[in-house]
Parts: sequence; C-alpha cells; structure tokens
Amino acid sequence: MTTTEERPVGFGRMPRKEDARFVRGHGTYVDDVTLPGMLHGAILRSPLAHARIVSVDTSAAEAHPKVRAVITGETLAGLGLAWMPTLSSDTQAVLATDKVRFQGQEVAFVVAEDRYAARDALELIDVEYEPLPAVVDARRALDPDAPVIRDDQEGRTDNHIFDWSAGDEARTDEVFAGADVVVEQDMLYPRVHPAPLETCGTVADMDAITGKLTVWSTTQAPHAHRTIYAMVAGIPEHKIRIISPDIGGGFGNKVGIYPGYVCAVVGSIVTGKPVKWVEDRSENLMSTSFARDYHMHGGIAATKDGKILGLRVHVIADHGAFNATAQPTKFPAGFFGVFTGSYDLAAAHCTVTGVYTDKAPGGVAYACSFRVTEAVYLVERMVDLLADRLGTDPAELRMRNLLRPGQFPYRTRTGWEYDSGDYPRALRLAMDIAHYADLRREQAEKRERGELTGIGVSFFTEAVGAGPRGHMDILGLGMADGAELRVHPTGKAVLRISVQSQGQGHETTFAQIVAEELGIPPEDVEVVHGDTDQTPFGLGTYGSRSTPVSGAATAMVARKVRERARIVASAMLEVSPDDLEWEKGRWFVTGDPDQGRTMAEIALAAHSSLELPEGVEGHLDASCVYNPPNLTFPFGAYICVADVDAGTGQVRVRRFIAVDDCGNRINPMIVEGQVHGGLADGLGMALMQVIAFDEDGNCLGGSFMDYLLPTSVECPSWELGETVTPSPHHPIGAKGIGESATVGSPAAVVNAVVDALKPLGVHHVDMPLTPAAVWRAAQGRPLRTDLAIT
Amino acid sequence: MRITVTVNGEQHTRDVEPRLLLVHFLRDELGLTGTHWGCDTSNCGVCTVWLDGTPVKSCTVLAVMADGHEVRTVEGLAHGAELDPVQQGFIACHGLQCGFCTPGMMMTARWLLDHDADPSEEDVREAISGQMCRCTGYENIVRAIRWAAGHGGARGTADAGTEPAPGREEVRA
Repeated sequence: MTTTEERPVGFGRMPRKEDARFVRGHGTYVDDVTLPGMLHGAILRSPLAHARIVSVDTSAAEAHPKVRAVITGETLAGLGLAWMPTLSSDTQAVLATDKVRFQGQEVAFVVAEDRYAARDALELIDVEYEPLPAVVDARRALDPDAPVIRDDQEGRTDNHIFDWSAGDEARTDEVFAGADVVVEQDMLYPRVHPAPLETCGTVADMDAITGKLTVWSTTQAPHAHRTIYAMVAGIPEHKIRIISPDIGGGFGNKVGIYPGYVCAVVGSIVTGKPVKWVEDRSENLMSTSFARDYHMHGGIAATKDGKILGLRVHVIADHGAFNATAQPTKFPAGFFGVFTGSYDLAAAHCTVTGVYTDKAPGGVAYACSFRVTEAVYLVERMVDLLADRLGTDPAELRMRNLLRPGQFPYRTRTGWEYDSGDYPRALRLAMDIAHYADLRREQAEKRERGELTGIGVSFFTEAVGAGPRGHMDILGLGMADGAELRVHPTGKAVLRISVQSQGQGHETTFAQIVAEELGIPPEDVEVVHGDTDQTPFGLGTYGSRSTPVSGAATAMVARKVRERARIVASAMLEVSPDDLEWEKGRWFVTGDPDQGRTMAEIALAAHSSLELPEGVEGHLDASCVYNPPNLTFPFGAYICVADVDAGTGQVRVRRFIAVDDCGNRINPMIVEGQVHGGLADGLGMALMQVIAFDEDGNCLGGSFMDYLLPTSVECPSWELGETVTPSPHHPIGAKGIGESATVGSPAAVVNAVVDALKPLGVHHVDMPLTPAAVWRAAQGRPLRTDLAIT
Repeated sequence: MRITVTVNGEQHTRDVEPRLLLVHFLRDELGLTGTHWGCDTSNCGVCTVWLDGTPVKSCTVLAVMADGHEVRTVEGLAHGAELDPVQQGFIACHGLQCGFCTPGMMMTARWLLDHDADPSEEDVREAISGQMCRCTGYENIVRAIRWAAGHGGARGTADAGTEPAPGREEVRA
C-alpha cells in the first residue's frame, strides 16, 4: 500500500504541509502568543522536598510597582481551587496550603506587567517552612517509620497508593517450581523526564463580559482539558475554548493539567487581563510529569533447552507526591500487563505496588504507551539473562520462543489480544541487516584482543490506540475520537479532528488518509486540529493513539462522504447507486467507465439545485465517532552494537538496527522520522538520562547541565528496516508508531552493554549506563543510579 | 539603556533593561518569534542566532552586548520569496518534526555550509552537537544539511555580509 512517489494521491512519501511555516520561523507556539494588555505570571516554588508551611507573607511582592496580583494557596482555597483532581482520581495541590511535598512544588503565583518583574516579585515573597524528613527511596516508602506524605487525606497512616496484579499467580508458581532453570534479577527503570524542547505554558484570557475563557495551552489533549477545567473551576464547558497551537514536542509531558495552567486562569479572572505563564527549563524538569521510576524484581522460568515457560515480576512504582498518572481507569499500572512481551508462555503473573514519595508527580509520560516501555524492558532483560545463564545466543533464544504468525489473534496470559504479527520475519530481517553472524565473529576477535564490544537484541510488542470504551476511560471520559469532513463546492475539503500534533505531522498524514479514500490530492485537504471550538470531541494525542483511533475515524468519515457522493453521482448520471463503481476519485457506471463523475463534479452538484433522491440532504459532509474495538499491536526487532571503554566505562553505540512493523504506513517518511526520534530517546534513557535525588529530596536533574540528553554525536546513523503486517480490525490496517522505538530500544542498548561486559562477569547494570555506572559495575560494585546516597 | 541592533539587515533602536537577554529582545521587543527559548543554560540551542556572522546562543547573550552589532535570525534566512537551500533541505529530508529546534539548527547549518562546502556526516554531527533535537534522532537533520550542500547550499549569503564559502565552485559544478 505504500509507495515512494513524491506527490501521492493518498498514502506514500510526501513532504509535510506544516514545514513551510516552521522553516520560516513562522510557527505559533504558546510563548509566541501575545494579546493586548497581556500580563505575565511566575510561580514561587518550594526549595524543600517535605516541609510544613508556617506562613506566607506576600506584602512586599504586592507592593512591587509592576505586580498586579499575588495568588497563594489560601487565595485559591477561598475559591475552592487549592486542590485539583488528577487523571488518576487522586488530588493534587495547585498551590500548597498545608505542606510542600516535593522540591519545586508550587507555592505562590505572581502576576506582573512583564516576565522579568514577575520573577523579581517572587524574591519578595517570604515563606516560613518547618522542614520534615523526606521520603526519597521508593523501596523504603512503606517502612513503618516512613514519614506520611499525604496526611491531607483523612485517616492515612502510610504512603501506599495501590496494589494491582495481573495473570495467574498459582499457575505461575507451579510453572516456576517445575522449571529446569529460574533466573531472577532486580532492576530499575529510573525516573526520567520527557523534556520536550518547548516547556509547558499557557495564555489564559477570561472575557469578563461574555464569560468566555480562551486558553492557549501546551496540551496534547485539548478536549479533555476543557472538560476538566469545567469540572474543576465550574466554568460552563461551552464557555471554555482550549487552543493547542503549534507544540514544541510533547512525548507525554503535555497530557496532564499543571498548577501553572490553573493559576494563569485564576490570574486572568482576578486581573481581568490575559495572563501568560511559561515555565523555564528547571521548572519543567523538576515539577512536570516524570516517567518510569519502576523498581522491579523479575523472574523467568525455562526448560534447560531454552523453552521459556513463565515470567513474573513484582514492581514498586514510585508515583511521587500526588498520583497524577494519566492512565486508563482500570489499569493503575497502565498497560504494564503486557509484560509477557512477544513470547508464548505457559504462565505469567505481576504485582505492582504504587507508593507516594517526596518527588514530583506524574508517572505515565514519555513515549511509553502507558508503561509498555517498562514492561518491554523487563521481559527483554529477563530473556537476555536467561540466554546468559543457558549459554545460548540471545537472538536464537528469542527466535525459538517468539509467537508464530499462525497464533494470531493471540490472547496473552494476562488477557490482551494481540491483533496480528509475524515476529520471526521481523527478527530475521533485523539480523540480516546487522549481518548478525559477522558481528558475533567480530566480537569474538575483539574479545581475544581484550576489547569490549557487545551486541544487544530486543524484541517488542507495543499496545497502542487506547482504547476500547468498554474497558478504558480517563476520569470517566471514554477514549473514542470524532472526525468531521466537509467537501466544499469546488471539491476542496476540510477535515476536523480531535487529536492534535506535537510534531507528528497530522496536517499531512490525515490529509493523506482523506486523499486515499476520496481520491483527491492531499494538498486539497485542510486539517483543522488543536482548537476545541473548531473540532469534535476526543481524548487527544498520546499513547500512539492518533492513527489507531483518529486515523480510523478519518477513514470512516471519508467513506461516509464517499457513499454520499455515490448517491449524488447516481442522481447526476440518472442511474441507481448500485450501478456505480468507485475508482480513486470518481464514481462511474458499471460496464461504461466513460460515464462517471469526479469528486469535484459531485461536490459542486451536491451544492447545486440538482434534484436529489428523497431523504438525501444536499452538500457533501459527514461526521463520525470511532470507538476502537481493540488496541493495535505494533512490534519490532532491534539490534544494538556498542563498544565499551574498559578504562573509563564510556559506552559508544556504534550501530543500531531497527525493524519496525506498524501495519500499513500512511507516509513512510514520517514513520521513519518518528522511529529515528524514538531510538534517540531510548539511547538517551539507556545511557544518560535520570532524574536522581539526594537524601534530602533535592532534585539532581533540574537543568540540562545535569539532566543529559543525547546529541548528534552520541547517536549513530540509525539503520531501519520494515515489515508490514496490517491490523485486521483497523479500517486502513495501520497500527501507530510514535512510541515503538522508545519502547523497544532501551533494552537493546542495555543488553549490548551487558553483553560487552560479560567477560568481566557482569550480568546486569541498571540504567543509565553512565561511565561511572558501567565502570563501577565492571569493578563488581554496582551503583544505585537513582539516588545520590552511598 | 538605549541600544541599536541590526537584525536581518534592519536597524532597531530600543530602550532596554541591561539584564534583558538577547532571546527575549528578539522575541518580545521585535516580535521575531522564530528564535525560541529552551533552557537558559546554553545546552539546547533552540535560541541560536548569528551575532556578527557567528552562531551564538541568544539565551546567554545580553541584548546590550548586541548594541552596534549585527544579528541574523531564522526570519532572515530566506532570500526574499526563495527559501535558502538549508530550509529546502529540511523540508526535503524531513529534518524537522515539532519545529522547535529547527530555526537554531538551520542557523548553524547555514554557518557550517558557509565555511565548509561539502561537510562529511561527521562534520555535520560535530557542528550541531551543541544543539538538541527531541524528535528526529538527528538522522534527517544530518541528511538535510548534506542535501543542502549538494543543492547549492554553499553559495554566499551576501545579505548577512558573510565571506563566500571555500570550495563553492566545486559544489556548484
């Protein structure tokens, strides 16, 4: 279905429509929005991780000549807004009233005439704190003597949030008891941050006369935000307009509602002026949604000849001070239940215990498909540990245990139904591109010379496109998405969708879906998104759900329009609709192909005085809501080649091969671009990214000086391959690709580095594999990478 | 303080606070929002502009330091209606996704091609290594810059007063 033509009518490679404005510097990001009379907000944040607030004195700040308002937790409490609901049915302080619970927590909000004055005024606010001991180590959060963080919740005596499990515990125990080989390992998926280059921000404008609130916001889910604002602030939903303009990367960081957004809205209500709030980098890294922080103990059971039998894992999940995870209601651990991965197992079981700590809230964020990233890392490390124990090649062990094409649709031991796949084909292709046997020979030679080279393999199954409304919702909002399509009289079309782009290229790919279905050029389709007043309801872009859900809605609405066009064409040609056949862009009379009408001709006729059959309205438009019957399950095989400097512990990723299968590709150029980006993310997480803390709860990853991200020199030139296994239940057979590479790549990198260190007797190293962590592991003294506590 | 800065060939005189950052001067005072603000620590490079023909990170340059000097931003990259080959390359090779790092990346790319008509992949990676991109994994940015080199990208950029790049004739041939 994919082509390589430059200007396709439908699917294929084509340059992006949105690029024309971006390369000229004419994008419109939130911080580019300036309104008449606009004021600027800034947030005072807690320097302490855990402390009682004794007093907040704002008098000096209020006296600043450029300050228009100072808002505190007490101000908000008077409005009933000091706390807001999170996406996990917890509550989160907008501005602290009783205590601060993480370093960087929001304490006060200043509105001033310019952004520098607002910052100046923060210095004038005097907050007296009574410091409390901080809970920093998730593994100690449930200790009986641990300080209770959430004493705002009546009757609470510990830091426990939830216990969740999946699979069959008894059966799994049985399988483990009978297995020839059992391997167990503690492993950490450290706290990381998605760090989009555009930080979070908002411009809130409350019109006191009309009562209409317009909010330009860095949000991946404008419609969900509108509904939540209505619920939280009591503003009628039809009087709220959320505009998500150009977004400078999201990656999950821009799903939740942050206190700064709410404060800007309150600031606008209080001052009667538009208020802009844009956080700086430190605020972004220290206070907005983190990701991962999963402390896992995994076990894998197998026969002595390498048949994998069972998998189990216990997780302590660090959710920070407020449980603000964006997750579908029934799954407090997101989609971690897919931890059985790509293998045919006899039994599996997992338990996840969520805990509060004195760290920033968040949890599901960062291209993770609701924790599939953690799940894939766990299973792919366990499989490698098993290969290591058995003395088997890790690619060979995977090949032996992967699900076979004939097993699909496949119901996993934890209840997921994988839609389609040909896993061995993907792994074989990756091994071919890598010249796997040659790599192993080269590795053996290098080992002879004392050089450390590793080859890491990972295979992943993604779970994307949330989700079936019967099983998933967020705060009661079902995860279905709408689409509206109108063809104008001259045959040009406008498509309105509920999802929005943070760089994914929706204006191009969604136009291509319409083009494919209606046979008109993508250039003739305008895609409207990111504005709740102009688009149908839907839950937004995250969890790789745009193509699986809204892409499906778009195909379905275009088909509705095509069927409407058929009736109009039948009136034009004076034949029965049943006598018409479709070819791209045109309905024609069966058996007489010269008798036909193009979409443009039909569109004009639909708006004309042409007499239409009874019951058929004029014009050419339609709307639909797509409620996905299942998730889609993209998959892939990755191989990483890494060299390790034995003297310094420095890792260099020399090659990275990624074979992805995301079903049919709408625009292969955009698919490949998203894979590239995800691979860099995975490499960054594996090698350098971590938000660590010291024992007092000071954040040690609060700037790009400390929180390292991969640059062009750490990244190799990515080598891609593709297989195409369409999704059987998706209208265009597509699956979603945005997060596959982030999900699949960290395990490949870690597996490569551990493989390199094998001659030194190393079996596991926790991410990030910094020179220090690798060197210490090679010395047999592994580091705890998430804490600066020795 | 009263300063006069020439931006994309046009003189602008403004009264500014001495502490005003160049990035905020460009964005908030002159309305040139193509230059972005990303990290405050010179790490991410989304604020990269030229100061007297050299790329700088405008989040760590004071506006007053640009007094009497020439600044070039992404808005001054195209030649009238015609896009610079670097801009064309970023479109042709899908060198951008969210577009936030793109202006800074292109300003460095333009500078590189002015000084090296045919940079190797390694040269390009080195040149942009002080800037971050979270979307592309750098692959297509590298391709875009090399595409530009092969499509007339090394031609002089007279409007910014830069010396013609060495080796430009070979590239044109």
